[in-house]
Amino acid sequence: MKSETDMIDRIEAYLRDEMNAEERAAFDQLRRQHPGIDHQVVAHQTLMKQFEDYAAQKKLMADMEDIHASLDIARIRQEVMPEPGMVVSLWKKYQSIVSVAASVAVVAVVGTLLATGTLFNKNAHSDYNALRREMSQKINNIARSQNALIRDIKKPANSTVNPGEYGGTGFALTANGYVVTNYHVVNGSDSVYIQNTEGDSYKVRTVYVDPAYDIAILQIIDPAFKAYRSLPYTIKRSSSDLGENVYTIGFPRDEPVLGIGYLSSRTGYSGDTTAYQVSIPVNPGNSGGPLLDNRGNVIGIISGKQTQTDGAAFAIKSSYLLKAIQNIPQDSLKEKLSLSKKNTLAGLSRTDQIRKMQDYIFMVKVY
Amino acid sequence: MNRPIKRSFPEDKGFILGILNNSKETLDELYRTYFPVILQFVLSNNGDEDDAKDIFQESVIVLYNKVKSGNFELSSKLKTFLYSVARRLWLKRLTHQSRNTSNISDFEEIIPVENDIEMHEERDIQFKKMEQALHQIGEPCKTILEDFYMNGRSMQEICERFGYTNADNAKNQKYKCLQRLKKLFFQGTNQIEYEK
Repeated sequence: MKSETDMIDRIEAYLRDEMNAEERAAFDQLRRQHPGIDHQVVAHQTLMKQFEDYAAQKKLMADMEDIHASLDIARIRQEVMPEPGMVVSLWKKYQSIVSVAASVAVVAVVGTLLATGTLFNKNAHSDYNALRREMSQKINNIARSQNALIRDIKKPANSTVNPGEYGGTGFALTANGYVVTNYHVVNGSDSVYIQNTEGDSYKVRTVYVDPAYDIAILQIIDPAFKAYRSLPYTIKRSSSDLGENVYTIGFPRDEPVLGIGYLSSRTGYSGDTTAYQVSIPVNPGNSGGPLLDNRGNVIGIISGKQTQTDGAAFAIKSSYLLKAIQNIPQDSLKEKLSLSKKNTLAGLSRTDQIRKMQDYIFMVKVY
Repeated sequence: MNRPIKRSFPEDKGFILGILNNSKETLDELYRTYFPVILQFVLSNNGDEDDAKDIFQESVIVLYNKVKSGNFELSSKLKTFLYSVARRLWLKRLTHQSRNTSNISDFEEIIPVENDIEMHEERDIQFKKMEQALHQIGEPCKTILEDFYMNGRSMQEICERFGYTNADNAKNQKYKCLQRLKKLFFQGTNQIEYEK
């Protein structure tokens, strides 16, 4: 056994040209004398060549996936396949006539308003204001009664069901029940449950935590959980650009809440390079929620915000999530953790994206 | 419909050099410059965006292998080559799905690429064989070999990651994995199951 591993070491050194002249000559001699060894060298060389080709192609494929994820396919599609529909062609044909007609209409309307004095009539304005005041008052009343209602519902519920000590947000990482959230959400927990938007809750176990990146990987261990067919979103490998429009869905209340914003800095709290700064409204409970770009790629995980500063929330970069996943010791994974490679959200409107996505986002309840 | 894409095409020579140097910027630029061309072709010929992505990426693999084997002569434009390969691959796929391949709308000139496609198919068989063999040796073998030979991690790192007590144990494990891979790869020719 020992001699065989040694032989492989020697073959590898030989093929990588790491031997000195003397060793090399000795090894060449050995090859000539023992056809068995010669055969081994050739076989090893072939295998390594194939393995390298395989590795290179795999890398190329992964890089291309990356680039593809960063493209705006819908826009390119528009560019190469202009589909002049009927409306467009009609517009082109009658554009000049329409604009003449429109200007005539504008002149006529403004002229009439000027002539009748409506345009500068103060009374018209005060009427308008009064109307608005009334409306807003009504809304306030409704809101107040609603608040009262919510409180009423909440009180008895609290006395019977333990809602958990802390809460956060998490989202599905794979179709077979791996979920990711923040480490600080599950830190020090006795047991953790997650609840989807339908209200079904599942027990999860903590598979892996990475306190440095503030990431925790959970796995659903509830027999009631049925694996998804596939996930609609992918996790972006490359970093995102400043100014990119982003949104998140989280559970600062018992209902999923949408927050929309933009990426405001490439580094997080006091220059932390593992995080982005995002200008987005988030509240306690949003931690662990996915940060998505317009194409439905997960680009980060919401992790916190700065208290003394307006509009500075932070999100861990998705590349560090991938790094954390890579670092999971293989034997702590009971099932394969294979990430989704197909994004079916790109090109959809935001409402459609959210509708498709909300089944994969969970409230994390920690006891 | 037959509208050429207006876009300036950067120097092919630069691309070739970049490919040889494994430059990621080159790949990025190549992708952004030529993907629209293939997207237009596939969309106009009964395909969707996903088809275009598959076909384009496969064509890029063909191009990379050709350039890296030193066979690429700049007798034709890079665009023409990619377009011809993608066109051939797409027609093949259409025929395979017994879909209509008459009335192909073309946007670029075409050069014969049959040899390249044939070579690519042979390589693809080897690739699938390796993928299959790696799949069969299972964990932790797959990751150990990938870490050592592909990701260039040291034996010590692997030892820590997989919790072996010392580097010698890890080395033994790596040796066993390599032997199994060798066996599976060289005998595995007729047992390939394609996973799709």
